[in-house]
Amino acid sequence: MLSVETYQTITEAAGALGDRSRYIAGGTLVMRAVTYGDQRFDRIVRARQVDRTIGPDAAGLRIGAGSTMSDILASRDVEFLHTVAKLVGGPAIRNMATVGGNLFAPNPYGDFTVALLALDAQVVMANGQSESLESFLLGRDQVRGLVAAVTVPRIEPGSFRFKKVSRVKPKGISLMSIAVSLKRGDPRVVFGNMGPLPMRAKAAERALANGADETAIASACAVCTEGLQPADDSLATAWYRNEVAPVHLKRLLQNGGRS
Amino acid sequence: MAKTALTFTLNDAEAAVFVDPGAPLIDVLRRGVGDLTPKHGCGQGACGACTVLINGQAHLSCLTLAESVEGKTVETTAGLAGGPNLHALQDAFIEGFAAQCGFCTTGMLMAAKALLDANPNPSRTDVIEAISGNLCRCTGYEPIVDAVLSAAARLQGRTA
Repeated sequence: MLSVETYQTITEAAGALGDRSRYIAGGTLVMRAVTYGDQRFDRIVRARQVDRTIGPDAAGLRIGAGSTMSDILASRDVEFLHTVAKLVGGPAIRNMATVGGNLFAPNPYGDFTVALLALDAQVVMANGQSESLESFLLGRDQVRGLVAAVTVPRIEPGSFRFKKVSRVKPKGISLMSIAVSLKRGDPRVVFGNMGPLPMRAKAAERALANGADETAIASACAVCTEGLQPADDSLATAWYRNEVAPVHLKRLLQNGGRS
Repeated sequence: MAKTALTFTLNDAEAAVFVDPGAPLIDVLRRGVGDLTPKHGCGQGACGACTVLINGQAHLSCLTLAESVEGKTVETTAGLAGGPNLHALQDAFIEGFAAQCGFCTTGMLMAAKALLDANPNPSRTDVIEAISGNLCRCTGYEPIVDAVLSAAARLQGRTA
C-alpha cells in the first residue's frame, strides 16, 4: 500500500527520504511506476515549494530542479536549451517533466540530461553539496538526498548543438540523442541512448580538441562510437545505432544537425 | 492506509473526494467524481488520451498525482460545452469528421483548447506541435488539424 507524505520544502522532503521511497516532482516517472505496479517503493515524498527559478549565477546559469521543460522554453536566459526542451515529449509532458527528474530518466528518455552533460553541468543537492553531473550520473541509483538545482557554465555563443534522432515525426522517442559543446580546448560530445547512461565519446572529443574543421570532424566521426555500449531494443539494434551514430554526428558538426 | 480528502475545482464546480494515496488524477476523475471524458490509454505519457487542463495548462491526468491538484482548477471535455451549445472545437470536430473511434478525441480537444487559450490565431505548424503528444490511430491527423484551425477561425469570428 502506498503512502504519500507532503512537506513544505525540499530540504524537509530530502530528510524524509529513505529506503522504499521516491520523491515526486512532475510525476512523469514516479506515477508511471505506480501505475505499472513497481513494487520497489511504497512511500511517495513530495514538497509544496519547489525551485523553478532560472537565471544567472556566479557559475554561469542556475536552473532550479523543479523547473519544467515549459519553464525552460519560457526563459530567455537558457535560450540555447530551447531546442532540447522542445524535443522532450508533447506540450503536456513539457508542462510536467522537470529538469531534476530528467537526471533520473532511464533510456530511452533523459535527452535533457545528455545536453547538460555536454555543457559540463554541476548538480547542486538540497544540502548544498555539489558535484559534476558526470560523477552524479555514475551513482544516480544510490543517490541519497534531493537535487535542488543544476548549474551550467557560461557558454560561447554558437558552441552548443543538439540533435535527437527519432523514427517518428514530429515527436518520437529518442533512438539516440547527441549533444556537442565546442568549447575551445575542452570540447564535449555526448550520446544519449548509446549506453546505460548518457555517455561522453572521449575519442571524438580528443579529435575535436583543436577545432572542428573538416579533417577533425572526419576523425571525430571515425572514432565516435568507441567506448559506447548501445543495446538492442524495440527502436533499433545496437548494430544500427553504431552505424548511424557517425552520420548524425557529422551532420550535427557540419550543419547543426539538418539532414 | 487512510484515504486523503481532496478538494479542487472541476469545470467551474467544486469537487470534494477522498482519494487513495498515490492515486493518479485520472482514476479520481473517472471513478471518484464520474467524469469519464479523460480516457485511460497507455498510462505512461505516450498517447495523450487523458489530457486535461490544470490551472489552464495541458497535463496528463494518468501521470498526475491526484493530491497535487488540491486547490487547483481542472478542466476536462465534460466542461467544454456551455449548456446545450457545444464548444467551437467540438462543433468543428463533428463537422470535419475529426473523430472516428473517438478514443483520442477528448485528449485532442483539451490539447487544442490549451493551444487556443494561449494562441487564438495559431498556424498549422502550431496546431501540429500542440497535438504532437496525442496519438490518433484513425484519422491520419489531417482532419483534426483542420478542425482546430476551423475552430480557431470560428472563435475569432472569421472564415478558415
